[in-house]
Parts: sequence; C-alpha cells; structure tokens
Amino acid sequence: MSEAISTMHVATGFNERRTFRIARTLRQVLSTPLGAIGLVLVVSITLVAILAPLIAPYSPTAISVTNRLAGPSVAHWLGTDQLGRDLFTRVILGTRTAMTVALVSLAAALAAAIPLGLIAGYGPRWLDGLLVLIFDSLSSLPMIMFGLAIVVLLGPGVSTVILVIVAYSVPSYARLVRAQTLSLKARDFIRAEQVMNASSLRILFVHLLPNVVGPLLILACLDISTVITLEAGLSFLGLGVKPQVPSWGNILSDGFAVIRNTPVPVLVGSVPIILATIGFTFFGEALRDALDPKLAKEKTA
Amino acid sequence: MRKAQQKTQPVLEIEELSISYAGRPAVSNVDLTIQPGEIVGIIGESGSGKSTLAHSILGLLPPSAAVTGKSLSLAGTNLLGAGGSAFRSVRGPGAAMVFQNPMTTFSPLHRLGDQLTELLWRETNLSKEEKRERIVAVFKQVGLSNPVGRLSNYPFELSGGMLQRVAIAAALMMRPSLLIADEPTTALDVTMEAQILHLMRELRTEAGVAVLMISHHLGVIAEICDRVVVMYAGRVVEQGSVEAIFAQPTHPYTKALFACEPALIAPGLHRMPVIDHEALRTAREGRNMA
Amino acid sequence: MTQQTPILETRGLGVSIGTRGRILGAGRKLDIVVDVSLALRPGKIVCVVGESGSGKTTLGMALLGLTQPTAGEIHFKGMPLADFSKASFRPIREQTSLLFQDPASSFNPRQRIGDIIAEPRRIAGTGESSAEAIASLAQLAGLPSSLLSRFPHALSGGQARRAAVARALSVVPSLIVADEPTAGLDVSVQGGVMNLFLDIREKHDTAFLIITHNLAVARHISDELVIMYLGRVVESGPTAEIFRNPQHPYTKALLDSEPVPDPKHRRSEPPVIGEVPSIFARPSGCEFHERCRFAESLCRTRPPQEIAGANGQRVRCHFPIADAARRPQPVDA
Repeated sequence: MSEAISTMHVATGFNERRTFRIARTLRQVLSTPLGAIGLVLVVSITLVAILAPLIAPYSPTAISVTNRLAGPSVAHWLGTDQLGRDLFTRVILGTRTAMTVALVSLAAALAAAIPLGLIAGYGPRWLDGLLVLIFDSLSSLPMIMFGLAIVVLLGPGVSTVILVIVAYSVPSYARLVRAQTLSLKARDFIRAEQVMNASSLRILFVHLLPNVVGPLLILACLDISTVITLEAGLSFLGLGVKPQVPSWGNILSDGFAVIRNTPVPVLVGSVPIILATIGFTFFGEALRDALDPKLAKEKTA
Repeated sequence: MRKAQQKTQPVLEIEELSISYAGRPAVSNVDLTIQPGEIVGIIGESGSGKSTLAHSILGLLPPSAAVTGKSLSLAGTNLLGAGGSAFRSVRGPGAAMVFQNPMTTFSPLHRLGDQLTELLWRETNLSKEEKRERIVAVFKQVGLSNPVGRLSNYPFELSGGMLQRVAIAAALMMRPSLLIADEPTTALDVTMEAQILHLMRELRTEAGVAVLMISHHLGVIAEICDRVVVMYAGRVVEQGSVEAIFAQPTHPYTKALFACEPALIAPGLHRMPVIDHEALRTAREGRNMA
Repeated sequence: MTQQTPILETRGLGVSIGTRGRILGAGRKLDIVVDVSLALRPGKIVCVVGESGSGKTTLGMALLGLTQPTAGEIHFKGMPLADFSKASFRPIREQTSLLFQDPASSFNPRQRIGDIIAEPRRIAGTGESSAEAIASLAQLAGLPSSLLSRFPHALSGGQARRAAVARALSVVPSLIVADEPTAGLDVSVQGGVMNLFLDIREKHDTAFLIITHNLAVARHISDELVIMYLGRVVESGPTAEIFRNPQHPYTKALLDSEPVPDPKHRRSEPPVIGEVPSIFARPSGCEFHERCRFAESLCRTRPPQEIAGANGQRVRCHFPIADAARRPQPVDA
C-alpha cells in the first residue's frame, strides 16, 4: 500500500508536498520496533508537557504537613513527598519543565550554531580561524566547573540552566556545521552553482543549509535526552531550577534525602528520566535512518 | 600448442551456469570453456552479468547469490555448490584475479613487499628470503623498473599503471592456471593500457597462463583475445574466435554493439547509432514465448 | 573562409599553484597549465585530449574561473578580461554551461531533478520554471519527465548525464564546457550523448569545449583537436588532419596506443613506453624527450617553441613528423 501512495504523490509534480513527506518519514520511523517505541514515548511526553496543568490533580506547591511521605493511594496516585506535595502532580509538571528547558536551549543553540558554522565554513579564511579559536576555547572548559561558575554569577534558575546548555552546545554544533560546510563546499554541486552565478546567500541557504540541517536535527534530537539528564543533574545538585519548581531533578534530590524512609520518590523521579532518554534516543536513531535518502532507497529495494 | 591442448584438461569448464539474486536472474545458462594458455574475452555492457560470472569462479559473490548449473570446475576442481574452503584452495593456484582499480587493490598502510609476501602464506616450505626472491622475479617479469626497491614502496608511491603491474605480478606469483582480469585497463591512460595489454600477451607466451579478460571495450578484446564471448542481459548471445566474430557478428546485439563502436564508424560529424534496448528486450521475450 | 569572433579565447593562459614553503626553504611553484592559447568559436566543437596529469581538466576549470588562472589573457567575445577576479568571470559564466565529469555529483542530493534543471532559470530570473516548461526542457535532452520528481541518486549514469545536459540548456548558453562527457557510459549510451551535443550545436550554434581522453569520441565529434602533455599544448589543429597526419611524436604515440577493434591489426610493440612524468620533476628541454623515439640531443636541452606545421596544425616539436627526412627513420618491428 505504501508503494501505491508513494507513486501517487510522485506523479503530482516534482515538488512533493511537505505533508506527504512528513507522513512518509513518520511511517518509516514506525516501521521499526525501536522507532515505534521511541515515537510513542516522544509523543506521550510531549502531550503530557503541553497538557500538564489540565492533567495535574493538585497544585505542585500545595503543602500538607499531615500527609507527608504517604504511599500511593487513590487520592495520591504516586504518594506524596517530604512536604506532603502530590508526587504525581510534580512529575507531570516536571515533564513540562524538562521539555521547556530542552527545547528552548537546543533551539537557541541551533539558531546560533547554524549561521556561525556556515560562516566559518563558507566565509573568508581569517574569520574561520577566529571562530574555530572561539569554539575550541569554549568547549575546552570543563562542563561542570563552567556550569558552577555561571550559577554562582547569575544564581540558580531555569534561565541559568538554559544559558549553560546553550553556551556548552553551540561550539559542538557549530563545529559540525562547519565541517559539513567545508566538505560540501568542495563538492561539484556547489561549484556548479558558482558557475551558474548563484549568489553566496543562495548557495548558503538554498544549497548548503538543507544538506547541513538534516544530520544536525537528528543530533539535536539525540541530544534532548542528554539535556534532560543534565537539567535533572544540575537540579539534583541544587544548581538548577529552584527547589519549589517541580522538576524531575528536584524530585530525585528530595527523594534521596528520605530514601531510608521510602524509595517511592526516588523511583518516581528517575523513571521519567529513563523513559525520556530511551524515547528520544530511539526516535532520533529511527529518524536518522528514515531521512537518509540513500538508506531509504536500499531498504525499499 | 594444439597437441598440448588436446592432452590437458580445460582450465575452466562452465556448463549451464545460472546465478540469481532473490529470484532475479543475473546470469542465465552460460557455457564457457577455457583451454590452457588461451586468452578468452567476455564483452558486454554494464548489467550484462560479465563481472558476476567472473566473480562466481572465485566464489567472490555475496551470500545472497544463488549459483546453479551443471558444472563449474576450475583446474579440475569442482566448485559447484562448494563451500568457502574449496574456493580458498583454488584462489591462487587455480585462478588469480586482477581488478579494475589498482589504487584500491592494495592496503595503503603496508609496504608492497610485505603484502605480496603475505599472499605466499601457502608456501610454508619457502623461507622469507626465497619468497622475496620469487617476488622480485615476478616484478622483473612484469617489467617493473628497480624490482628490489619496489618491495619497500607503499602503494601511494606508485602510479596507477605501475600498481596494475604489481597487481598482475601478485597474481602471477601464485602460479595460477587462469588469470581473471576484470577491466584491468579501464582506469588507466591509453598509453599505459597499450603497455599492460602487451604485457599480458607476453605473459601468455612466456608463462603459458590462460587469461579470462572482461572488458566493455571492443578494441581491448580485439587486441589480445583468441576467443570472445558476448554477453547481454545475463546470457551468452554469441561466442567464437575473435577473427570470426569481428569479421561477421551474427547476433543482433553483437551487430548493434559493433555498430555503436566509435572507432569502427567512418570519422566525421554525423549522428552516432545507439542501441534500442527496449526493442532487443521485446524481441528476446517474443522468442522465449515461442 | 572568414572566421567568426571567438566566444572565448585564451592567450598564453597558465595556472600555477604556489606551495607554501614550510620552516625550511622557499615555496615551490607548480605549473599545472602552461602557455595555452585556444579559440572557441560559435558552432565549433573543440576537444582537449590528454592523459591524466595533462592539465586538461584544470584548463577547463580555469576558463570559468573555478581555478584561478595565474598567467596569460582570456578574451570573452573579443573583450579581454580585466583581471581574474570572481566578478570578471561573471559575464563568461552567464553564457556558459559546465558539464562535470560525474554529473550525479554536480546535483544537490536534496533537490529533485526538476528543481535542479530549473535552477539556472531561477538564478538568472529569466525563462519559465513551471513544471511544463521544465518537462519540455528535459524532453529536449531525452530525459523522461517521470524522472523529474526523483532525487539524483535514483538516476542511472546515462540519465544523470541527460539531466545535466537539460540543466545546461536551461539558459541557452553560447558555450558548453564538458569534462569527460562519455566517461563511465556504455558505448550504446555514449552515442546518444554525442548526438545530443550535435543537435544542440545545430540548433543554437553553441561553441563546445570537450575535455576527454577518449580519442574515438574526439575523432567523431570535434572540428578541432588540442593535444596536451604535462600542461602544455603539444599539437593542435583540425581533427581530421591530426588523425590523418599527426605531426608531434606524442600525438602519434597517443593515436597508435588506442586499441583498434580489428584482430587483424594487432600491435607487436606498445607505441610508447614509460609514463607521463610528474609535474614535480619536469624533464629538461622538450618534456616528452624521455619517451620519444625520435629525440635528439637538442630535444634534451632546449624546449621547443610552437610552430605552424602543415595543414593548419600547430606543433610544439623541434622535429615534427612531417619533417621525416631530417631524422633517422625509426625501425618498426
């Protein structure tokens, strides 16, 4: 059946419609078991993040002194923490925090890294040298020390976490873009564009960008899980989001303090981190396979 | 020479050989016999199955290939349905292969002398020095200048033409009864091609090695082959002596192939003939149905 | 016969690469193309023939500024280029199409064939780039319009070649530079590509520069032949004359090396032995003397100048073959 669909929309003209392309890619992702698991997890996590305030039964900061460290019950599905806050509510809203931090920081990192990498790769040589020097210096800083320094300077909080992640990921993304650009620049199709008198802007944005963005998006998708872990890690250390803000790292951090009394809070804090890591990794890998036109061809052949 | 041919058995004997991938035939019902000291050419365009056929002789096909037929025997060893060990035992003494691109034939990280010594692993009774002597001897035989010095060269230090000579030397060194050459001059310049073809003809005379030459170039076939096999769409459409076929091709495809050869068309600026593969296919299918 | 103004003409064109000297010693200058003069006229097909290392591809790239020339002049429609900057090449590029040796690599892998063919029109902002217009363009090049929605990797070698020609025709060029247009094609497909070139020339009076090592193709398709050896033109002139009577010993060796598809005409000896020297170590005097059967002491010491030979040929040789009486006859086996 998929055969029939693909021949049908190919015949409509050489500009295959975007919706068809997305549908086809998703179908390919779903066709492998790991891809299907990844997609289901990613979609569920995203839905939970978007609908969090509607799902959450309580306020995440509502303290109930009489009901501290309660086990799972009908009223509190996952029990309560050391302040009597509903853990289910905090996990749901923590999903929103995790996704916000991940998406905002990665989007910001990509937005900065793509133009920088393209300029370094396609621009004049002195500019390339300068940019590479900056990237190398930034990424040679040890991550945790760098994070600590920024937190000390700006104080903990969501925006600080995002800043740390952006500052840390821009150099590695930009270097990837630069390397891709350099290798593409020497390819015949870019030389063909030059002979056709295409402007540098056209070469950069119509020809180099689409060839650079594909692998980058997949890398970013795989990195979402790293960023989620990082946010949880920083929060666990007390360097991330403030303690009252619901976040998986905070749940974990609070849970460890009371692990002698009950393991439930630690479990509640770690399971979503594991699920998110698995989901985004599987999905990213399936996406990479689906988007590689050569690989896709070999599979159908 | 004729007497010798009658006494000895053929180097290669293929009868009704078919090769298919997942039910799709790549080579169908091929008969091919090569006598000792004979140079046989296979000519065909891409997709004709000529390389698949050559690779099947040394068991170099991917595992997905299904090989069936009446007989495939090399230097008296039956290889039809044989496993990896049977092929390993004929690679070298039975047949050796020279590939199209000499630049990728050798490992870039090791000296040529070491790589060729390695190929002589079978010769356990030879000392290291004796092996080196044998290599230097074949280097001389293929016309490499400074044969001793070449032993310590890395592949990148040699030109394509010189590396192809080394590849031929490596093949000869194992004293094969059959040398399979898969487009050995396609990657070379024309003046180097002439020298390599000349070398292969000399080797036949001196070492008596039989050669299976795969080429898409009619000139190359005419230059060195005794017999020619024309392949199209996995089938042998015509075979015979080079003189006979070049004088009077009989199969429509062979005729079309000769008609397209630019070197056979009177010079001048006029339109070139092309092969209508569609028409050939329908003609063939029509014949098959009848 | 009056000759039209050449579309593109080079005088003494050279391309050198300076290798930067590291800690010790000064940098070296490598001459890839040396002193090339040629003229490309409307409706004429010129073939540049040479072996690997002859500089023929670099020459083609230098005409379009993809490799920067370092010496000589380029005249475009009778006007000399002010310099070899990117801006100076703009007018040439506007009216020239380049066909790369590997057509598939000259396509953006993420664009569809239809968009690839429409690209020159979109850049120039002229001509129609509707699906119908592109389909008719593809048809001119013999490319089925069903392939327009495919990605480059789905095309066969012959189809990719036709797509490249369709793109080249997108903005009608006055010059087409083609690098090895028949490389990797079966003979039955080769003929189709050559016919396409002849059709284009007939229809648009396009000038062609075809870079090739395939002598049989050059013989059929070209009006003029330029033979290159180690970056220099050793012989040039009308194709038919050069094939009939090659005057440079290298040209003769090259023509004789091509195997003849006739088992009755086998060679007993290779026409030339050895291989093309490296540009890192150019031989003294005439650069072909080490491999030349006719070389004399003068050839080892003094580089020959280009001289006008018979039949409109120009030869860079002290003793061109037409002057056979002046030197000992080679002994043919």
